[in-house]
Parts: sequence; C-alpha cells; structure tokens
Amino acid sequence: MIHFLSQPVGLTHYLVVGAVMFVAGLVCMATKRNALGVLMGIELVLNGANLNFVAFGSGFLIRNPAYQLGLDGQIISLFVIVLAAAEAAIALAIVLNFYNNHSTVDVDRADELKG
Amino acid sequence: MESINGHTLLFLLFGALTCFFALAVVFSANIVRMAFYLILALAATAGLHFLAGADFVGAMQLVLYVGGTLVVLVFGVMLTAQSPFVSLRTAGGDWVLAALIGGTLLVILLPVAFQVGLPPTTTDGAFTDETGGERITSSVPVTVPTATRIGLGFLGVPGDDFSGYLLPFEIISIHLLVVLVGAAYLARAKRRTTVKNSDVSGGS
Amino acid sequence: MSEFLINSWGWPPFYAHACAAFVAVVLILHVIAVGAMFFIWLERKVAGRIQDRLGPTRVGGKFGWLQTLADGIKLIAKEDLMPADADGMLFRVAPYIAFCASFSSFIALPFATGWVGLDINVAVFFVVAILGLEVFGVILAGYASASKWSLFGAMREAAQVVSYEVPLGLCIVIPVTIAGTMDLTKISNLQAGWFTNWYIFHDPFTFLTSFVFFSCALASVNRAPFDLAEAESELVAGFHTEYSGLRWSFFFMAEYGSMFLVSALGVILFLGGWNGPIPLGQFVFGAHAAELSGLAFFLVNLLGLANFMFKVVLGVTLMIWIRWTLPRLRIDQVITTCWKYFTPIAAVMFIGVISWQLLGLPSGGDLLPLHVDGRPRLSGDVREQHLKGAVLPQGSADRHSAARRALEGNLVRVGGGH
Repeated sequence: MIHFLSQPVGLTHYLVVGAVMFVAGLVCMATKRNALGVLMGIELVLNGANLNFVAFGSGFLIRNPAYQLGLDGQIISLFVIVLAAAEAAIALAIVLNFYNNHSTVDVDRADELKG
Repeated sequence: MESINGHTLLFLLFGALTCFFALAVVFSANIVRMAFYLILALAATAGLHFLAGADFVGAMQLVLYVGGTLVVLVFGVMLTAQSPFVSLRTAGGDWVLAALIGGTLLVILLPVAFQVGLPPTTTDGAFTDETGGERITSSVPVTVPTATRIGLGFLGVPGDDFSGYLLPFEIISIHLLVVLVGAAYLARAKRRTTVKNSDVSGGS
Repeated sequence: MSEFLINSWGWPPFYAHACAAFVAVVLILHVIAVGAMFFIWLERKVAGRIQDRLGPTRVGGKFGWLQTLADGIKLIAKEDLMPADADGMLFRVAPYIAFCASFSSFIALPFATGWVGLDINVAVFFVVAILGLEVFGVILAGYASASKWSLFGAMREAAQVVSYEVPLGLCIVIPVTIAGTMDLTKISNLQAGWFTNWYIFHDPFTFLTSFVFFSCALASVNRAPFDLAEAESELVAGFHTEYSGLRWSFFFMAEYGSMFLVSALGVILFLGGWNGPIPLGQFVFGAHAAELSGLAFFLVNLLGLANFMFKVVLGVTLMIWIRWTLPRLRIDQVITTCWKYFTPIAAVMFIGVISWQLLGLPSGGDLLPLHVDGRPRLSGDVREQHLKGAVLPQGSADRHSAARRALEGNLVRVGGGH
C-alpha cells in the first residue's frame, strides 16, 4: 500500500478516472428515464472527456514536451465547460417546456413524433 | 520505509471520490440525490484539475460548472420534482443493455488508458528520479501559472506550447449569446400560450 | 513552515507538508469559529443599539461577552429534530456543505504577505468559486426539509445567487485588470503606500465599483436586505425552518464565515488589503514587508494583519448595520436590482476603468507618490517590475528561496513559515 502511495501519478491514473466517468455518464444516459437524469449523464460524459484533455496537456503527468498536448488541452477543456453551460441552459429550457406541455419529465413519454 | 507521495495520496482521494460519486449518480434512483452526487463528482473533478496543474481550469470548473450549470440544473430538478418523477424506475432490460454497452466500453477504454498512459521512463527524464526518497518533491514540476497564457491564447497570441484561439473564442461568445436568447425565448413563448389558453377558458 | 520542518528537523516531506497543512487548517478553523462568536455578539450589540436597547449584558461581565458561548452550549444541548418526511441523508449533510464551502474558500485567502493557507495564482477566482458552492447547502437543506417554506427559501436562494454572481464577477474583474494578476497577495501588495494607492481611489469608476461590489457581496452571502432565503415575515425561517441545535448553528457559522470572507475580499480588492492608510512600515524599515526578512518582516506583517482585521471587521459591521437599518426587498425587486441595475452599472464601470487605463489618465496613486530609496512606488515601469516579481518578490522568497528550490513543486505549499 505504501509502495502504491509512493508512486508518482501518471497519465494512466487520470485516463482511468476519465474512463470511469465517461462510462458512468453513458450508462446514466441510457438508463435514466427522467430527462434531467439524462442531462446529468451528458454532464458526466463531458467531464470525463474534459479530464482527459487536461491530463494530456498537463506538465505534471507528462514531463516530455514531445508527448504533451501543452496548454491547448486546458484551453479546449475551457471551451467544453462553456459549451456544457450553454447546452445545459438549452436542455433545461426544453425539459421545462416539455414538462409544462405534458406534465411529465419521463423521456419515454416523449413519443408524439413516433410514426 | 518509502516516503508517501502527497500528490499521489491527494490524487487517489479525489479520484476515488470522483469515481464513487459518478457511479452513485448512475445507481441512485432519486433525482435530487443524483443531482447532489453529480455536484460532488464534478467538484472532486475540479480537485483533479488542480492536481494536474490546471488551476485556472479547476477554478473555472468550480465557477461555471458547479456554481453555474449545476445550480441551474438543480433549479430544474426542483421545479419538476413532483412525487411521481422523483424516482422513476428503470426497466430491468434497460439496465442489462446499458451495463453491457458500458462494460464493453470500459473494457475497451481501460487497456487503452494503460497503454497510452505509461510514463515514458528512463530516456527522457520523466520519472527517472529513483535515487533518493525525495520523489515527492522531484517527480512533480513547479506550478506554472496558466491564467496569463490561457488569456493570451484566447486573444489569439500563440505561445510556445499553445496556439491562438481568437476565432473559436469569438464564435463561442456569439454562440453563448444565441443560446441565452434562445433559452429565454423558449421559457417565454410557453408562458404566453398558457396565459392565452387560461384567458379563453376563463372567458367561456 | 514545511520548509523549516524538512530542512531543520529532517522530516520526510509528506509528513512535513501534512503537519504544516494541519496547522493552517486549525488556524483557519479558529478564524471562522472565533470570528462567528465575535460577530454574533457584535450583531446583537449593534442591533440592540440601533433599536434603542442594550443588547446582551449579563453573561460574562458588563458587555455580555460570553453570550454567544452560552448560546453555543445551549445549541449543543438542544434536541436534534428531523421532520418525518425529510430526505434524511441530504438533510444531515446540507449544513456541512454550507460550512465546508465557507471554510474552504479561506484556504486561498491571504491575511498578510505570505500568511496564506495556499498561495495559488488564481486566488480571487478560487475564493469566489468556492464561495459560490455555499448555495448548494442552502438549496439541499431547503429541499430535504420537506417543508414548503424551506423549498421556497431554497428556490429564491438559487435564483438570487446565480443572478448575483454575474455583477459580482464583473466587479471583481475590475481590480484584477488594474493589478494585472489574480493573486490576492500580489493585488494587495500592489496597493502599498499611501491610502491613495488603494484601488477604491484609483479612479472614479473603481470608487463606484466598490459600492456595487459591496451590494452584490451582501446579496451573494444572503445578508439583509437580500436575505430572501430566510425571510421571517413570509417564510417562517426560510431554508432553516426545520433545523435545530448544532446543525442550525453550522448554517450560522457558514453565514458569518462568508460575511468575513466577502468583506476580506472587498478589503483586498479595493481597500488596500493589509496596507494601512499611512505606510508606517515603509517609513520605519524603508521597505515593504515583502522585501524585509526576519523580525522586521514579522513586525510589519503583524501590523498588516491588524490593519487587515480592522478593515474586515469594519466591513462586517457595515453589513450588520445595513441589516438592522434597511427593510427586506421583495424577490422580484432583488432580481430586478441585479439584472437591470447592478449588471449594467458594473459593465459600464468595467469599460470605464479599461478606458481610464488605456488613456493613461492619472490614478489616485499619483497624488501621493511614495519615494523609497529615491524611486517612486507603483508608477509606470516600477509597476511592471512588481508584476514580474522583481521588486516585490512573492512572499518571503528571499529567505526561503534555497528551500524552495529544494522543494520545487510541492503541492501542499503552506505559507507562513514562522
């Protein structure tokens, strides 16, 4: 255990956490019936990807500049954060509209356009 | 005794918190608790960003994501948290399918993570400081302030390890403006129609 | 301090950092707990005077010093109630979230040059970010209480805090653009010298901005006249209606902690931080605290700490005064004030300050330039050097530079070291 703790953190550590978040978000999107739950899944997926961007750009994890994404990774993750905020605002407006029109937030009930 | 690496300890703490609460979001059925777990998961992610040396991104994550987006999300949760929707049960078949897909993806992603992420050892001096017990201090580089360089990047001034992003920055500003107007419109159009309906029904 | 432990006593780095971090945490906890005790007493006294009463007089001597402590003991002894319909886990955890958010933002708050829990480059941003998380404690408490009054309070709080973060952020950006850094220690040190160097006197726009900042800060920490979340007159007690005993007191500690925090933020951003109105330390020792070392550094820093605390307590007193003077706004008035008045005003101020800088108009600091060693402080090229850390090195870098080099990049960099 002490040996485990004395190892420096590498890129793998971050990629594993990012992968777990991504998969958790995916499963969340697939299983939740509440529209807001689906939205939360999307947030998790975005954050998992974001974590990877930051990790690839981090000088803490990859010391060799040849393998590094540099600051680009952080800038891209900032774009992702802003886009996620925009996406959440729109999605929330849609969900609330849906709730007002159908008095439910169950995505399985959103089947009016079914042929 | 080998010295404990403080950086690693903190990473394991925040990483475990992130994973645990991300999974808690999935396995919780109550929508309000899901929102709560999501808040904790994303806040722990901000901690991971700080540990990766991305202090500006970490603070941004806290301000915009946790403090902005999630407050709006929780707002939405509370507006719709009527008792039938607080916990919508998922059918067993959906769980099996989702677990299958998620498991497959995880099985694909994890080996890739281990392949990509192995530290390039010996030659480039990355994690070679095996000599003393002082690895905690030497395996982690100095905190380089990122905020100024990120600002320059957004203004389109490329630096030595990043390029200029003036056009994307402008596009995203316009995009945000459009989104805000759109969200306001979506929220407002509905109210007008309901008022009209109630007027009609009240009049007749 | 961690450097000292490693170099002098030969501790392993991890334990040294952990020990130093522990000391910092204990100190910060005491700032919040003792601060809350003092401010609650102060609030009662001020409220009493404003309402033509005496306030607490009995417990602990003439001025009722120990009234808060007595109340604290009463709160601990109180029965801890939870509504039957409440969401147990969220109900229990909500006060701790509010308190943790309030507490965590103190990590990056400097109390004097180098006396800071964690010296990070984006300190302003960090403090505001963590402070914004306090709203979750209130929202979750409101929802989990399963009471309609609590829920109303929580919804109001959510709407209000999300709205007020916009003008608050704009107001904070203004001193940051003047200073050219988000590091609170640097921002404060850049205002060294006479009081005219303080950013509130930088130009007319910053003068107005500081008032907008103060109002927005009041709203963001939920103080009257913006305390819609706990409006007694209509919502019983708002989000903490169902709370009692120790959990309730955590909300109060969080509230007073946040008041202290935004007040400190305002002091650092606009009122010169730990720099007194007269540069006493520079007259006596001929240099700013950041350039001194040893006993002189300690003395100047101590004076700075006293300055800082005095200004912060003054700010909190102002908040208390406002609470007992002004009536509460309605929720629509609160939101209107934010979006129709504060946000446009802050935006105009932002443009004004930037234009002021762009046109090179004289700032307040030029009125009383301070000459030390024959060179004027904080004008033109000297300021550039400040930013690069040439004139004012970060913290007590001289003494610790050797240790720092040995310790490159430890993440738990606990300031102080005395």
